[in-house]
Amino acid sequence: MPEAVEPKILAIFCNWCTYLAADLAGTSRIKYPANIRVVRVMCSGRVDPQFVMDAFAKGADGVLIGGCHPGDCHYQEGNYKCLRRFELLRRMVKEMGIEDERFRLEWISASEGDRLRTVVTDMVEKIRPLGPRQTLTEVTQ
Amino acid sequence: MSEEIRTGVYTCHCGSNIAATVDVKAVAEYAAKLPNVVVSRDYKYMCSDPGQDLIKQDIREHKLNRIVVASCSPHLHEHTFRTALAKGGLNEFLFQMVNIREQDSWVHLDKPAATVKAMDLVRAAVCRVALHKPLTKGSVPIRADVLVVGGGIAGIHAALTLANAGKKVYLVEREPTIGGHMAKFDKTFPTLDCAACILTPKMSSVRAHPNITLWSYSEVTQVDGYVGNFKVTVTRKPRYIMEDLCVGCLECIEACVYKEGKFVDEFNMGLSKRKPIYIPFPQAIPQVPVIDPETCIDFKTGKCKKSCVDACGERHAINLKMKETTEIIDVGTIILSTGFQVFDAHRSPEYGYGVYPNVYTALEIERLVNASGPTSGEVVLRDGKRPKSVAIIHCVGSRDEKNNRWCSRVCCMYSLKLAHLLKEHTDAEIFNFYIDIRTPGKGFEEFYQKLRNEGVHFIRGKVAEVTDWAFDPSEEGKLVIRVEDTLLGFARRIPVDMVVLATGLEPHADAQEVRRRFNLTCSSEGFFLERHPKLAPVSTFTDGVFLAGACQSPKDIPDTVAQAGAAAAEALALIDAGHVEIEPNTAFVLEEDCSGCRTCIPMCPFSAITFSEETKLASINQALCKGCGTCVASCPSGSIVQNLYDDEEIFAEIEGVLSNA
Amino acid sequence: MSKPKVAFYWCASCGGCEETVLDLAEAVLDVVKAVDIVFWPVAMDFKESDVQAMEDGSIAVAFINGAICNSHQRHMAELLRRKAQTVVAFGACAQLGGIPGLANMNHHKDLVEAIYGSDAPQEIWKSNGYELTLPRFADKVQALDRVIAVEYYVPGCPPTPKITQQALDALLGGSPPPKGTVLAPDQALCEDCPRRETRPEKLLIKEFKRPHEIVADQEKCLLAQGLLCLGPETRSGCEAPCIKGNMPCTGCFGPTSRVRDFGAKALSAVASLADSNEELDIERILAPIADPVGTFYRYSLPTSLAGGKFTK
Repeated sequence: MPEAVEPKILAIFCNWCTYLAADLAGTSRIKYPANIRVVRVMCSGRVDPQFVMDAFAKGADGVLIGGCHPGDCHYQEGNYKCLRRFELLRRMVKEMGIEDERFRLEWISASEGDRLRTVVTDMVEKIRPLGPRQTLTEVTQ
Repeated sequence: MSEEIRTGVYTCHCGSNIAATVDVKAVAEYAAKLPNVVVSRDYKYMCSDPGQDLIKQDIREHKLNRIVVASCSPHLHEHTFRTALAKGGLNEFLFQMVNIREQDSWVHLDKPAATVKAMDLVRAAVCRVALHKPLTKGSVPIRADVLVVGGGIAGIHAALTLANAGKKVYLVEREPTIGGHMAKFDKTFPTLDCAACILTPKMSSVRAHPNITLWSYSEVTQVDGYVGNFKVTVTRKPRYIMEDLCVGCLECIEACVYKEGKFVDEFNMGLSKRKPIYIPFPQAIPQVPVIDPETCIDFKTGKCKKSCVDACGERHAINLKMKETTEIIDVGTIILSTGFQVFDAHRSPEYGYGVYPNVYTALEIERLVNASGPTSGEVVLRDGKRPKSVAIIHCVGSRDEKNNRWCSRVCCMYSLKLAHLLKEHTDAEIFNFYIDIRTPGKGFEEFYQKLRNEGVHFIRGKVAEVTDWAFDPSEEGKLVIRVEDTLLGFARRIPVDMVVLATGLEPHADAQEVRRRFNLTCSSEGFFLERHPKLAPVSTFTDGVFLAGACQSPKDIPDTVAQAGAAAAEALALIDAGHVEIEPNTAFVLEEDCSGCRTCIPMCPFSAITFSEETKLASINQALCKGCGTCVASCPSGSIVQNLYDDEEIFAEIEGVLSNA
Repeated sequence: MSKPKVAFYWCASCGGCEETVLDLAEAVLDVVKAVDIVFWPVAMDFKESDVQAMEDGSIAVAFINGAICNSHQRHMAELLRRKAQTVVAFGACAQLGGIPGLANMNHHKDLVEAIYGSDAPQEIWKSNGYELTLPRFADKVQALDRVIAVEYYVPGCPPTPKITQQALDALLGGSPPPKGTVLAPDQALCEDCPRRETRPEKLLIKEFKRPHEIVADQEKCLLAQGLLCLGPETRSGCEAPCIKGNMPCTGCFGPTSRVRDFGAKALSAVASLADSNEELDIERILAPIADPVGTFYRYSLPTSLAGGKFTK
């Protein structure tokens, strides 16, 4: 039996809310699984679906986008643009064989270090039983 | 010809903060083998001078042209390291920071996993930084005028500091007078200075200061723009008395058809009555009455003989047709000092507030002991009798899982102060019921000792209930405090005449709205969030907006004033610099590539993108662009790029983080 | 001096690209005048053995259309690569994977079974004493440049005669463009769109429609009418024949050089236009886009970042 591989989650967090929540989790010494790798962007509105597809294609077991709560975007409404793309992208990603659990958009404010822990922990726990996944490209090679 | 990329990677131990969980040496060794990496070091404290010198020296000796530092959050030290690059002769943006403290060593327990994570993140940064381009910071001029929102002691102090420094200040207060909560206090702890004696001169200075424009009874309703150039809309509620014509003689109040006050006097916490035309308290600033349309007969029926207007006579200061007006001002910086609201004691029904007339809140007692209060300083119960015994219950609405979990910081001390004043005024027996006595301030502990020597009782225990259910004749007609005395170890019943609830401090009910208006963040309990709890305690994540006083967290007067001074100093630092540097992370349109499809235009909430009818292309106004990158992600043909967050840079980071080399 | 030799070949394609060459009309005579066509199975009687017999590198340009989905196509592509100095991926299938590339949403075995049921042809096929070896399906459909090196790309499903002519001129002329070039402009189609002026400056969409649901205005921007037109995402060069025919662009010219994944980028731009900030409302607005993969990856699934469906 192959060795159980820890899932690797690519997180794309906005600078002003979720990235700060992750910093707050740190200063509060809140513990969560070491499965996520955070890429910082200024706003969740910057998240290009190409980044998500690229992450899955490059082997990410999950992609987590984190932005400010509705109404709280540092840039007023970038998070809504992110939400619009997410609604369509999650359907496409699902059609392409990615389980729902692997792709999430979460609103986590700068004060919600604890919520960050909850989300990451939950995501890791839900992805782990799904096992590793592959791209069609890898199957062929 | 493309330059050879020569990257230096520096992994910080942060003492043991990082090194205890991440194998820093292994990370540094790993980084040394990554592409383009010429130098890889680990160091105890990268942010220290020797740490920064290391970077500068390596730039020179190893001809480095890219730098990666793996240490704490970029929100903490990105600026530090960028400055080090600049001093080392390298463009400061040829730098990438890796957060292996807040987002790695501090949040994980599994050392090997945390180390692998650090390696992944370093690899991502090394991939990304190779694509970085030299950039120049933008600069925007700062308007010298300042807006201060909230005219309590914090706003007053900040406004005066700035005005004394020669800056023009707009002070906006939503109540009819400035002064805030402090104006209601009798004495201040622990020195027992008379609050009015120290506050009212400052209030008068505000009125008299040529550099301060005071708009009371007004609210900020809209904020546009950004640091250096805020456009602020202030809505001025009609007070029906023209401030510029009123001389403050108050004859109109005297002349009102109501001979006595009939309506709840908000300033005295409902312990007295006021007329429909009133001034909150004698030293109110501005010294201009206000008419309450909810209670004024003329507003309700149109059938008043308007004796106030007659009394005003030739001055014609009363205008019953006054309408709400708006003012639009341009300011460069904003100080928010909107204060707090007091916990509503009804929310702790076990203490009987609103049920038993002789249960008071602390603020009500402040008014009762005040010589200019409703009883002229006479402490009497509702029936006019003087209390012989008083219970002060601490932590009402604070340190309470059912209500607010935080400590309100001032209640222990003001309870001690009230205990002293009540004893002084009534010679009653005073019982303090506390969870812990917290006296961490200059002279606080000494004050506590003084109270103990004065014979005030301190009973450690959270009060279970205030009841009028007498068990024996000694309790008849009294309020009984039911409490477990945790020092003696048994439940007690203590009958008293008067109960004082030391209610806590909490964010204003509309703090969330205000927060959105000023584009701020709140911490979990709802107070405005500072940029950094230690290093930027009065700054916010919105450049040019500063915090002072209890809107940031509960605090006493000395701390509030200190913070107000700090906020004023931060504003002054910006103003006197004349301009502020802005991140060059703006987006711009590649003109040769743009097809003029206009998809980007509705993406921008700042109207920074316009379509030129001449060139048939989109273009982005660099002064208006805030650098969110939403248009970049939406551009269907990839014809908008963003500095520092270019597609290729992010792709490189993703690839780096996911490739298990 | 002998004329340069040119070859045309088709792999997994529909034949449309071949039609394009014929659609050069009279100009094809100029082509024939200028070059020697040495291999063109659809129109001329040359055999593989004729190509085998040629010297390596003796063909100036080989135009290969169609995606690569079986062993024979790969073999022919490799053969032509050897014989030709320059290989052009001709048309959307060769460039991006094309319509046949949508097969990458399924395993090829499942596809064969879905089409032939239990009667699927075997690799060795025997009938009446004859034996035939059929080409073997590749595990996935690929664009030409994932199988052999390709110098140039001519986009389109099919490429228009005009850009085909331009490609021939460019390649046979004195100064060929840099290798790797897509022989079409690098801006999006809106640049060329006859309806460009009618797109509102701030267009957001409350309801997406499908072409059969409305009678589209002949003058107005199709996107502004709620039709999913991929003109803003798609490379120009076609001169907008679909839009002139009152049909929205489906993206056959593929992305500009600045976009890595046509489908994801197109999805991003399109979804961003949904005129709501409420989750359920956004879902409702985007619901008419029933098949995102088929819509956005119609021509480019094999060259998308994922290449096809993810599997366990």
